[in-house]
Amino acid sequence: MIQVSNLTKRYAGRTAVDDLSFTVARGEIVGLLGPNGAGKSTTMRILSSFMPATSGTVRVAGFDVFHDADEVRRRIGYMPENNPLYPEMRVREYLKFRARLKGLGWVKSRARVTTVMEQCGLTDVGRRVIGQLSKGYKQRVGLADALVHEPELIILDEPTIGLDPQQIRSVRQLIKSLAGKHTVLISTHILPEVEMMCSRVFIMFDGKILAADTPENLQQRMAGGSQVIAEIAAPAAELNAAFEALPEVEQYDVSPSEGEYFRCALTPRDGVDLRPAIFELVRARGWSLRELTRSRHSLEDIYVQVTKPNAEDAE
Amino acid sequence: MRIFWVLLRRELASFFFSLTGYVIIAAVALLTGLSFVVLTLTLGSDPVTVPVTEMFYGTYFLWLILLLLSPVITMRLFALEKATGTFETLMTTPVGDLQVVAAKYAAAMVFYSVAWLPLLGCLGIVRYFTQQNAALDAPTLAGMYLGILLVGSLFMSLGCFASSLTRSQMAAAMISFVLGMSLFALGFLAKIPGTAAWTSQLIAYFNLFDQMHDFARGVVDTRAVIFYATTTLVFLFLTLRVVESRRWK
Repeated sequence: MIQVSNLTKRYAGRTAVDDLSFTVARGEIVGLLGPNGAGKSTTMRILSSFMPATSGTVRVAGFDVFHDADEVRRRIGYMPENNPLYPEMRVREYLKFRARLKGLGWVKSRARVTTVMEQCGLTDVGRRVIGQLSKGYKQRVGLADALVHEPELIILDEPTIGLDPQQIRSVRQLIKSLAGKHTVLISTHILPEVEMMCSRVFIMFDGKILAADTPENLQQRMAGGSQVIAEIAAPAAELNAAFEALPEVEQYDVSPSEGEYFRCALTPRDGVDLRPAIFELVRARGWSLRELTRSRHSLEDIYVQVTKPNAEDAE
Repeated sequence: MRIFWVLLRRELASFFFSLTGYVIIAAVALLTGLSFVVLTLTLGSDPVTVPVTEMFYGTYFLWLILLLLSPVITMRLFALEKATGTFETLMTTPVGDLQVVAAKYAAAMVFYSVAWLPLLGCLGIVRYFTQQNAALDAPTLAGMYLGILLVGSLFMSLGCFASSLTRSQMAAAMISFVLGMSLFALGFLAKIPGTAAWTSQLIAYFNLFDQMHDFARGVVDTRAVIFYATTTLVFLFLTLRVVESRRWK
C-alpha cells in the first residue's frame, strides 16, 4: 500500500527526514512512534502529497505522491496534527462539503456522511457548530472527514492528542475498528497507544527509523533480561540456598517484605521463564507464595534504549 | 468545475455567516451614506450640470472605501487557512490550485459587489426626489458600476496575492493596503511638473483616479478596461504561483 524508498526531506539547513525506507501492506495498522521533532509529521505530509520530498520516492497504492498527486489524494484520508476544522460550519455541513471536495456526488455524499456520522458517534451533534463542540467531538469530526470518501489509506497525525482518557478510549476503539478494511498509519508519541492499536511499529528518531517490528516482537527482544519477582514466606537462609541450587537463576536478591514474607528478585539465565520453577520450588517445600510476576519490558524501555545512544551522539 | 462551486459556496458562507462580513457591509454602507449626505448638500445649494454619479465620485469616499476595505475583505482568504491549518486539509483533497484561487477570488468579488449595493439605494433616492432622469440615467450608472467592479477586481486580486504570501491576516492586510495605495498614488506622479513626456504618458496608464473619473461620467474607455483586466490577471497568476510554490520550495 505504501512504498517509501530513500525518502529525504531537508528544510533550510535541517534534515527532517533522513533516507527513510519502509513498506506498509494493505490492511495493516502501523504506528509511527517517536519524540516530537522526529520527522513523523513531515513524513505524513509527504505521504499525503501536501509537500514534496527533497529526494527519494513515495508510492501510495502504486501512484507516485508527486507525479500522480490527485490519484493519491483520492485514495487517502488525512487528518493533520491538531485537526484543523472550519469552526463556523456545522458538523453535517462540513462533512458534506469535504465529501463533495473529495469528488463524491451529491447523493453519494449524503449517504456517506450519514454513515460516517453514525460510525463516529456524531449523529446527535450534526446540527451543532463545530467551534462550539468539545475537543473529543472535534476529533471525531476530523476522523469522520478522513473516512468520508472510503479511502484505502488513512493517515492520522496524533489522533488522540489533548483528549481526556474517556475520549482517547473511544477514538482508539474507532481506529481499531478500521483494521482490515483500511490501511491505517498513525503517528504518536504515546507508547501504550501503539501497543493497543497497531500491528506494526516504526520507532522514529532524528528522521530515521530505528526499529520496525510488531509490538510483541519488540517486547520479546527485550524479554531476555526480564526479572521475576516472587514474594515467598520462608526462612531467609533456606531461600538463599534454594536459589543457589537452581541452575536457571543467574542472580538473586532476597530482601524482607512485610510480615514473614521475603521479596525475591531473580534474574534468569538465557532468558528462560523462571516462574514455573519457582512455583515448583514453593510447592515442594510447602512454603506460601503471594506474588509471582515477570516484569515485562514495555515499549517504553525499548524506546528509551533505542533512542538514547543517538541522543548522546547529538550532544 | 463542480469542485469550484463547492468551494465558492463555502467561501461565500464564511463571508456571510460571519460577523466580520456584516461589519464590512455596515462600514461600506456608512461611508456611502456619508457621501450621500455630502451629495445632497451640494445638490441642494447649487444647480449642477454633471451626472450625479460623477458628483458622488467627486466626494472621494469611493477611494476611501476601496483602499480601506479591499484589504479587509481579502486578508483572510489564504492567511487564515494557513494559520489554522485548514489549508493542509484543503490541499490534501483532490482539488486543483487553480480551483482554490479562482473560488476564493470569485467569493471576494461577489462579497465586494454586494457591499456596493447600498450605493444603488442612495442614487435611487436622489433620482426619486429630483425627478430628473437626465441627472441619473441607466447607461451612466452602468458605467459607474462597471468602473467600481473593474477597480475592485484589481484591488481584490492584489489582496488575494497579499493574503497568499503570509500566515498572518494582519500582515496580509498591510501588504495589500500598501500595494493598493502605491498603485493609487502612482497616478499622481504624472502631474508633477518637469516629468518627461513619455514618463507621464506611461504613468497615465496607471492613473486609477482619472480612469475612474471617466467611468463615473459614464465614459467607458477600452484602454482602462484592458488595463484592469490584465493587471487583475497578473496578480491572480502571481497568487496561483505562490500557492503552487509549496511544491517546489
